[in-house]
Amino acid sequence: MPEPLLEVKDLHVHFPTDDGLVKAVDGISYSIQPGETLGIVGESGSGKSVSSLTVMGLVTRKQADISGDVVFEGQELLDLPADEMRKIRGAKISMIFQDPMTSLHPYYRVGDQIAEAILQHRDVSKKEAFAQAVEMLDRVRIAQPKDRARQYPHEFSGGMRQRAMIAMALSLNPDLLIADEPTTALDVTVQAQILELIGTLKHEFNAAVIIITHDLGVVAEHCDNIAVMYAGKIAEYGRTDDIYYRPHHPYTWGLLQSIPRLGEVTERLTPIPGLPPSLIHVPSGCAFNPRCAYAFDRCRKDVPELLPIDGHHASACHLSLADKDRILQEEVLVDR
Amino acid sequence: MILVLWIISLATFFIFVKLPPGDPARRLAGKGASPETLAIVRHNVGLDRPIWVQYSRFAKGLVPFPGWFLNEQVYYSWSNRVAVKDEIIRRFPYTAVLTIGATILWLAIGIPIGILSAVKRRSVADRSAMVFALVGVSMPTFWLGLLLIFVFYYQLGWAPPTGINIGANWWDSIWQGKYILAWITLAVTSAAFYTRVVRSNMLETMSEDYIRTARAKGLSERTVTYKHGLRASLTPVVTMVGLDFATLLGGAVITEQVFSIPGLGVYALNSLYLTDFPAVMGVTIVAAVFIVVANLLVDIVYAFLDPRVRLT
Repeated sequence: MPEPLLEVKDLHVHFPTDDGLVKAVDGISYSIQPGETLGIVGESGSGKSVSSLTVMGLVTRKQADISGDVVFEGQELLDLPADEMRKIRGAKISMIFQDPMTSLHPYYRVGDQIAEAILQHRDVSKKEAFAQAVEMLDRVRIAQPKDRARQYPHEFSGGMRQRAMIAMALSLNPDLLIADEPTTALDVTVQAQILELIGTLKHEFNAAVIIITHDLGVVAEHCDNIAVMYAGKIAEYGRTDDIYYRPHHPYTWGLLQSIPRLGEVTERLTPIPGLPPSLIHVPSGCAFNPRCAYAFDRCRKDVPELLPIDGHHASACHLSLADKDRILQEEVLVDR
Repeated sequence: MILVLWIISLATFFIFVKLPPGDPARRLAGKGASPETLAIVRHNVGLDRPIWVQYSRFAKGLVPFPGWFLNEQVYYSWSNRVAVKDEIIRRFPYTAVLTIGATILWLAIGIPIGILSAVKRRSVADRSAMVFALVGVSMPTFWLGLLLIFVFYYQLGWAPPTGINIGANWWDSIWQGKYILAWITLAVTSAAFYTRVVRSNMLETMSEDYIRTARAKGLSERTVTYKHGLRASLTPVVTMVGLDFATLLGGAVITEQVFSIPGLGVYALNSLYLTDFPAVMGVTIVAAVFIVVANLLVDIVYAFLDPRVRLT
């Protein structure tokens, strides 16, 4: 196996607050190969954003207790001095955010904001940087990029702003692009376009992509691998097909059952009962046990480990494989 | 705008001319004036005419038309017959010097401290800045002014005696240091207030998504703070500066009084004591014009600073 582009090993990110220790990320590991697309799926507060902000160096040891390893291209990022980290951030790893409406600075022209990123990392003149910014806007399929570059963010629609954000993120040809809920704040029709764009550009720029989302439907088409996160831990990890057709964690089942399907008469969607746990008082044992229909005694005592099922596929659940297969066949897949 | 000025003139007219007890004509004519003299005086200043005629005489002087604005036939002091316009022009430089100096001072103090305490949030510097802000905002101006005079003039003798004679060259007064304590007095309250505003604007801005974007680009913390953060935090301050400055231009009553600076504020105050109505009306209107004009200027400047406000 070639050396992974990014390897996250046993990452913990705990925020000390007045109310107690918030265990936003509690021991996750994953790796991503060059050019691969990884989807991180989970409800709000499952730690999916925090883990990627930590990879970006935007959550630092100043704000949180961080342990574990984040190895990018053979380099440990967590111990990197701020100056060194800055050279990687934006250039080799870049990120786009959830809400494009507020992610661009309202007082600066869109072109200048993209050019600023280029100027920061490349030794080019302002003019060249702006020209490159215009070119990037063109590559994210913004019409009349020259005129658009001179406009301000408020003159852009939501979808266009997200395109501009993508243009900014890709302007330095990064090896890894992290997209944190890139389509959540957008109209449904625009969502598909943006995902399509990320998919195409990923090949053009030969970048690996991490898509963070709460919507399994979003990642289905575009991801090679999927990590399902729950309460700061990875509940299930596997190839996209594994997650969709052979899911082995009750939480993943719940997620899949709560997706509406076109052309199917369903009386009612099946939601996951209960609420995501507080990250301060995580339930003992498996964090999902209070909401799990299949929980038994052991689930309330022991924290399940993420154990491989076959090859790539792993899940953190105490149910025996035989039970899981049975439930999968009898209850989960019957709807399909 | 014009509506605002008109309403102010009307309000001033009724509050200061018609409501106060006592007869201005009697005051004007002097003690022991005969009823005949009183009648003549009353006629001369137009107080024997119906109210609306009285008002329109004054209203005419508000029209910014050459020869009309604060026209001397109506706007002259009832106590010493000096034209209000001349008096305002004569006194305005003192107020202006006081206000400009104080504004520069409070911006020079308030903005950097505000930024510093936002950047070094929860540090000792931040805490002391907030103590300064609290004390500064709470201190009454007259008390601070008297305290400064007591300490720096009376006790230490570092500052010159207060008091500027009307007619004194304002440039000389600056060099004699007569304004320094007054500037400080006037600036402290605003500086404290601006410290708090800048700090909270800055803290709010720094938690915005676009600041995270700026960081994600790999910009240095310095660029993030002082380019992206400051630009968004200071723009709203422009509005405040414009309006506060204009308000003081219309007369910093307390500070002028404490330091015996013969500016517009003192003029308005003295005229009030003397029920010298045209002067009160004149100063009020000039002050109102300053504020209205400042409002307009602030709006224009704001459009330059914030692209979202710009008309397409």
